[in-house]
Amino acid sequence: MRPIEYASPRTKEQAVRLLASTWGETAVLAGGTDLLSLLKDDVIAPRRLVNIKEIEELRGIAFDPRKGLRLGALVTIEELLDDPRVRQHYSALAEAAEGIRSPQIRNMGTVGGDLCQRPRCWYFRAGFGLLARDAQGRSLVLHGDNRYHAILGNEGPAYFVSPSSLAPPLIAYEARLRLFGPGGTREMPVQAFFRIPQSEEEREHDLRPNEIVTEILIPPPRGEASATYEVRQREALDWPLATASVALQMDGDRVTAARIVMGHVAPIPWLSPEAAQTLVNKTITEDVAQAAGEAAVRRARSLGRNGYKIQLARVAVKRAILRAVQGGAR
Amino acid sequence: MTESRSSSPAEYTWPERGHRRLIGKRLSRVDGPAKVSGKATYTYDVHRPGMLYGKILRSPYAHARIKSIDTSRAERMPGVKAVHIIQGPGTEIFWAGDEIVAVAAVDEPTAEDAIRSIRVEYEILPHLVIDTDPQRAGDMAKPTAEEIVGDPDAAFRQAEVVVEGVYGLPVITHCCLESHGLVAEWEDEENLLVHISTQAVSSIPNQMARPLGIPAGNIRVKMDHIGGGFGSKFSPDRWGIVAARLSKLAGGRPVKIMLERDAELMVAGARPSAYGRIKVGAKKDGTLLAWESTSWGTGGMGGGGRPPLPYIFEIPNQRKQHTAIMNHMGSARAWRAPNHPQACLLTMAALEDLAAELEMDPLDLFLKNIELTGRRAEIYRQELQIAADLIGWKTHWHPRGDQSHGPMKRGLGLAIHTWGGRGHASNCDLTIHPDGSVEIKLASQDLGTGTRTGITIVAAETLGLPMDRIKVMIGDSRYPASGPSGGSTTIGGVSSATRRAALDALDQLFAKVAPALNARPEDLEAVQGRIRVKGDPGRSMSWEQACATLGGMPLTVRGRNPGPGNLTSSGVGGVQMADVSVDVETGVVRINKMVAVQDCGLIIDMKTAESQCYGAMIMGIGYALYEEKIMDQLTGRMLNPNMEFYKLAGLGDVGELIVHMMTGPGYDERGVIGLGEPPVISPGAAISNAVANAIGVRVPFLPLTPDRVLEALHKKGGHHATH
Repeated sequence: MRPIEYASPRTKEQAVRLLASTWGETAVLAGGTDLLSLLKDDVIAPRRLVNIKEIEELRGIAFDPRKGLRLGALVTIEELLDDPRVRQHYSALAEAAEGIRSPQIRNMGTVGGDLCQRPRCWYFRAGFGLLARDAQGRSLVLHGDNRYHAILGNEGPAYFVSPSSLAPPLIAYEARLRLFGPGGTREMPVQAFFRIPQSEEEREHDLRPNEIVTEILIPPPRGEASATYEVRQREALDWPLATASVALQMDGDRVTAARIVMGHVAPIPWLSPEAAQTLVNKTITEDVAQAAGEAAVRRARSLGRNGYKIQLARVAVKRAILRAVQGGAR
Repeated sequence: MTESRSSSPAEYTWPERGHRRLIGKRLSRVDGPAKVSGKATYTYDVHRPGMLYGKILRSPYAHARIKSIDTSRAERMPGVKAVHIIQGPGTEIFWAGDEIVAVAAVDEPTAEDAIRSIRVEYEILPHLVIDTDPQRAGDMAKPTAEEIVGDPDAAFRQAEVVVEGVYGLPVITHCCLESHGLVAEWEDEENLLVHISTQAVSSIPNQMARPLGIPAGNIRVKMDHIGGGFGSKFSPDRWGIVAARLSKLAGGRPVKIMLERDAELMVAGARPSAYGRIKVGAKKDGTLLAWESTSWGTGGMGGGGRPPLPYIFEIPNQRKQHTAIMNHMGSARAWRAPNHPQACLLTMAALEDLAAELEMDPLDLFLKNIELTGRRAEIYRQELQIAADLIGWKTHWHPRGDQSHGPMKRGLGLAIHTWGGRGHASNCDLTIHPDGSVEIKLASQDLGTGTRTGITIVAAETLGLPMDRIKVMIGDSRYPASGPSGGSTTIGGVSSATRRAALDALDQLFAKVAPALNARPEDLEAVQGRIRVKGDPGRSMSWEQACATLGGMPLTVRGRNPGPGNLTSSGVGGVQMADVSVDVETGVVRINKMVAVQDCGLIIDMKTAESQCYGAMIMGIGYALYEEKIMDQLTGRMLNPNMEFYKLAGLGDVGELIVHMMTGPGYDERGVIGLGEPPVISPGAAISNAVANAIGVRVPFLPLTPDRVLEALHKKGGHHATH
């Protein structure tokens, strides 16, 4: 039997010492909602699992109107949903968490795990690698079935979509992320954490093999109007086909600044300054929201079977904007 | 001593309306508490002492020839107890996921490691995993001869309106929540015990006997509960035989093989696809004149079934041709009402499109042509009217294309279906013990339809006892043989056999106790736990007193179906209507409400009958909106062998479901007829028609996914500003 070591450190310092400096050797176990399927599908075969759930300082939600919201990496989706301060001040985040429809995943899955989970590309999960090439080096995505793949940031060689539910709203709120590794703490904007890999050796995250996500910091609420809209085929647990999270700084009815981030459309959560720009100095109407949706997908392209997602992303942006100014009304 | 009842078959009847204490009432299933508390044992739950775990190495290629197999590392691995090559070098493989080598080991991880250590060299051969275009199938397409009914050419010339369209539905999988599998163990050199998830307890021994070279009587098959079959679990399957072989190799130790989820979806069940170019000709008043269909579909290397077209409506003039495509998508199995959901979609969609062309309400079109449905025309007429009332057809139906403002478009659709459902061959032994307890044994199985409950109700009704006095024992091949649960035949079979056994047992008991009651046996009745003289209830004795007269010897009576008296028959009809909302900006379809109106003869248990309809509608919503075995043209593999991208309807997706069962005069006297399949036939067609009614254009293929809905809208052109 292929053995797996199981380590359960009490501090983040111990945790990173237990992690190898190359990918594949070790794996971090938090909620395990993705890790276990990766193990069972034989996508990864680490020799050691490092359970970080015993590290107390990775837990907890703290809110201060002047400092903002601090989420420990181990905060579960359910804890996030249960926190009235999150719902009150960061509705786009709460709405994105609501899109995770499985009570089991809400109870076990963590916010850190949501950001670190691997793509759901069916070729990747079938063992063809993150970039999904066959033995001849052909892209299976380009030549095969790409109905759920990227419409933006899809110049290659990566065509999967970022599966994170929470990254789009976090990026919309200009949240920052803290990582801890052998060299100490690193901090970066959440959007900088995601990157499009250029080779099979790279990952979709700026996370080193011996680092862990420790906390997420969201700036204090500035009275923005914010919302998330998911286009989903099923009400039951299902990956959205396209999502958008928006955060609008308002001066009365007028937008002064905007952040618009799409999910499930690109290998990374897709920040669209073009869409945001169309809103500045505007009062939100159906037409204005529509124009922002158009701008958000202006550079999108179909890989063959996923052209419909361009329309879905356009609608997600439009509806997220309208929902934001309607105060989160459904 | 009375004569045996078999000399007077007229006496084998169901109790008259008004004399039914239990039959037809809304009764909870007897094994409900065991199921919801987790006490019910499924094959997956079977753990035997010393049990080994079997795993199977499967072909990653859709079409290949095995060049070599090296199992040496697996054989040397500690904990591996048996290795068995299922298909050796030289064998041609015809679908991805086919079984190559099996191992049995002391635990699952060891078995998996052993599988990973096996090296197989393949010669990769060209594959075909597409079924939407017969042209691409080359000589793998097997066209059948054209069939002509009447004079279609003349009829199309005579037609005032002709519509033509292409419709279809893909291969889907059964996706049993309890995957296929078994535990096989040799009790000694000659005798095999099998716990297996099956729809056919009585016929599994015979199916395993020949390949294993032992008499069927040496094989005992057991199953308490099953987590879904839907037509995919009639055979022991190759892995079942393999489990027995592994057990033999391991000295008889029990070997458990339950398929992994991916294997379950790849190889353990597929419903054939069906596509068709359909042309329908009619008069302006809607009178159907002519039908033409060129249809095709696949069931893997078997080619698949042939949908009965046109469905139900016997249009007088027809030209039909069907092509079976053989390909490497994996073999098909019977899926709940084989060929009917396909035929229903192809026909009902074409008729609804005709109605739209005629600017006619499809309900009126169906009623106009209802005589073409044959002998059940009047039943369909009644069912259509009831369904229309329940869904508010007259209020909510509108001509094709919801003209209301906003992206949410609402529409209604309908379909009708039919099925057989005569009770299968069934034997049961009903035993009355001297202490008054009653048990019934038969080698049937409860597919989740409530078979135990049905048997209990029939026995309790007949013997005048409360249901909790009846012990029903099924799921063991040592009991009297009973038919496989396929074709909606179980309830008719087991309830008829049980009724006959209980009536015969009562006759024998009456003969025993008649002298004590100073009455003739034929003047006795069993009511409310007592044996009493008809019309003179004062002269009675308790059930227990009566049974005590049996002395030391329990009374066992064999009940059979078929047998004397008309207790079961065949042929049902049903109507379903769907109310949907479609978001025309996203293509997402939501079910608001569905109505099922169904007849099935005499209903034994109203609650489990309704449950069949609820479950069928939910399953139907699944294949209408979500389900598809997605094959990768490049690798030849199934891309979604998981429950993440092989999508089923969840609670939030099914809307409001309404069931109306047709009962009473005209229905009850038909006897008991099965219900498992018919209500799953119509949902695809009804929902497809509702979507067309909502958005003003046909989405030709199921499932009605956002991409397909948007594409149909796009082809229709400029329907909404944002597209």
